[in-house]
Amino acid sequence: MSITIEGVSKRFGAFTAIDRLSLEIASGELVALLGPSGSGKTTLLRIIAGLEQPDEGRVLFTGRDQTGVSAKDRGVGFVFQHYALFRHMTVAENVAFGLRVRPRATRPPASEIRTRVEHLLKMVHLEWAGDRFPHQLSGGQRQRVALARALAVEPKVLLLDEPFGALDAKVRAELRRWLRDLHDATGVTTVFVTHDQEEALEVADRVVIINRGRIEQAGTPDEVYAHPANAFVHQFLGTVNVFRGRVQGGSLIVGEGDITVVRPHDIAIARARDERHPLAARVRQCGIAGALVRVDLALDDGRRAEALITHQRARELALQPGEAVWIGFDEFRTYAAPSPVAEPEYII
Amino acid sequence: MRQTTEAPWVRVLLTALALSYLVLFLVVPLIVVFHEAFAAGWRVVWDAVSEPDARHALWLTLLAAFCSLLINGVCGIAAAWAIARFRFPGRRLLITLIELPFSISPVVVGLLLVLLFGTQGWFGPWLIAQGLPVIFAVPGIVLATLFITFPFVVRELIPVMEAVGSEEEEAARVLGARGWHILWRVTLPNVKWGLIYGLILCGARAVGEFGAVSVVSGHIRGQTNTLPLHIEILYNDYQYHAAFACAALLALTALVTLAIKSWVEWRQERALRRAQAAGGIEG
Repeated sequence: MSITIEGVSKRFGAFTAIDRLSLEIASGELVALLGPSGSGKTTLLRIIAGLEQPDEGRVLFTGRDQTGVSAKDRGVGFVFQHYALFRHMTVAENVAFGLRVRPRATRPPASEIRTRVEHLLKMVHLEWAGDRFPHQLSGGQRQRVALARALAVEPKVLLLDEPFGALDAKVRAELRRWLRDLHDATGVTTVFVTHDQEEALEVADRVVIINRGRIEQAGTPDEVYAHPANAFVHQFLGTVNVFRGRVQGGSLIVGEGDITVVRPHDIAIARARDERHPLAARVRQCGIAGALVRVDLALDDGRRAEALITHQRARELALQPGEAVWIGFDEFRTYAAPSPVAEPEYII
Repeated sequence: MRQTTEAPWVRVLLTALALSYLVLFLVVPLIVVFHEAFAAGWRVVWDAVSEPDARHALWLTLLAAFCSLLINGVCGIAAAWAIARFRFPGRRLLITLIELPFSISPVVVGLLLVLLFGTQGWFGPWLIAQGLPVIFAVPGIVLATLFITFPFVVRELIPVMEAVGSEEEEAARVLGARGWHILWRVTLPNVKWGLIYGLILCGARAVGEFGAVSVVSGHIRGQTNTLPLHIEILYNDYQYHAAFACAALLALTALVTLAIKSWVEWRQERALRRAQAAGGIEG
């Protein structure tokens, strides 16, 4: 089922959570709503689910207007950030809830409900936990129960609010892959909210970057990562160095004017000054960042920058704190408009 | 447990002080009540509590308590839910108004009812004309008890409902549950122990209510006497043994209530610990 959001606005008092936002989500798509906290992404998800009413605009499911359709009749599956499992029910009862509350006419017989619950629990690898209570499970297990519960009603749309937010890194990675597989297996239109760009880029077919209740950019992970529409998107998709400067004759004049954004791995470091390494800097610190080495740099005027280089390059350079080096930008982008985000991480 | 820094004799003294206070004002009176009641033998006690006026008083007390449990239970759930779930203008004022019966003297409550429903009151003459007297009749006793005991359920439920939050209700709604289902299967089971606790307090207060009921009852034996009023009348008639026998009956209900209350408190604490464990963030 496709979702159409048409000029939706939502205000809470003086605060505008969603500002005339329009978005088209194709049937069977897996879309990430990515944005900083307070950007309105969760509100948008709740509006799609019918848990909030928009002040303006409307939401359509396959062309059918959902305004005035109650959340209970929209046929969506919703996974809450803190799971919202029914604490006084067992895991099996939680999963069966959506089927048991159906009106008699559409309610499956008890035996069928039992079979479906067993099937769903097996799918989330929790077939052993049916008689447990939510408080007896770990966070990752609760998350999977919440997913099974949402899928039990065979939703046409699956909505997830920060689905992996409260889990530790390893469980997160596992569940991400699992969500992707699940989506590919069921093909249900899925929208999930996250503030973690890595999660969005890794899992989603399409990433919608939201800021201050508006869409900054929407596109495939490749598109938004390679061609950020503006400085905000660029900064939000990973750690970056932000410089004031402008491009002149193919090289960058650092100092003032436009905003230039450089990703840490696009900063090149050399011992000697040359065309590719025109800026003087001083090494503050080196540290291992997984597959790469992070180098904290201070420029002449004391402002800081962060570079990521390979372990091999780090060995070649053998940088020591306090040493003078020369740097340059392999790739960078300049944006005319002033940055809409709060203070950039690094400005030179 | 936090270690105190007070000297041992200070701790002993304070504990002794608290204990002797408890014994003097709680245990001793209770012993006296039961002792006086049974001083003249079982027979006297049985006669005192089984004579028609006493039985009627007990029945009326239980009727008033039952009405207040039912009505305050239902209204209390509704009010607590509205207050815990929504932010609306006048919310603070509503909470204050709900607590009003706590701060008003019961006698004033009785007088208020007389002013409203008495023969000279605003609605009294009309109601009496309809054959529905309130003052010096059972409806007045029920109304007075209702008013006095209204805050208990609401006060207990608001914090519990706020702690539970509305996410589970929302989850139920998205899963297709109708309002009635959400109330029965999600909201009420989650606040069950808080509700029972509130009802126990409400019931205990309803059974023991004296001041407000005394004003509106008219003390008609066998008709508008509740158990506390009956005890007072017996006492004023110098029927000490009978008075203490009825008082012992009342004290017994209090003790039973206390036992149930402790048990519910224990269950509630356990449920709360579980809820905290369930809502906790995975480390």
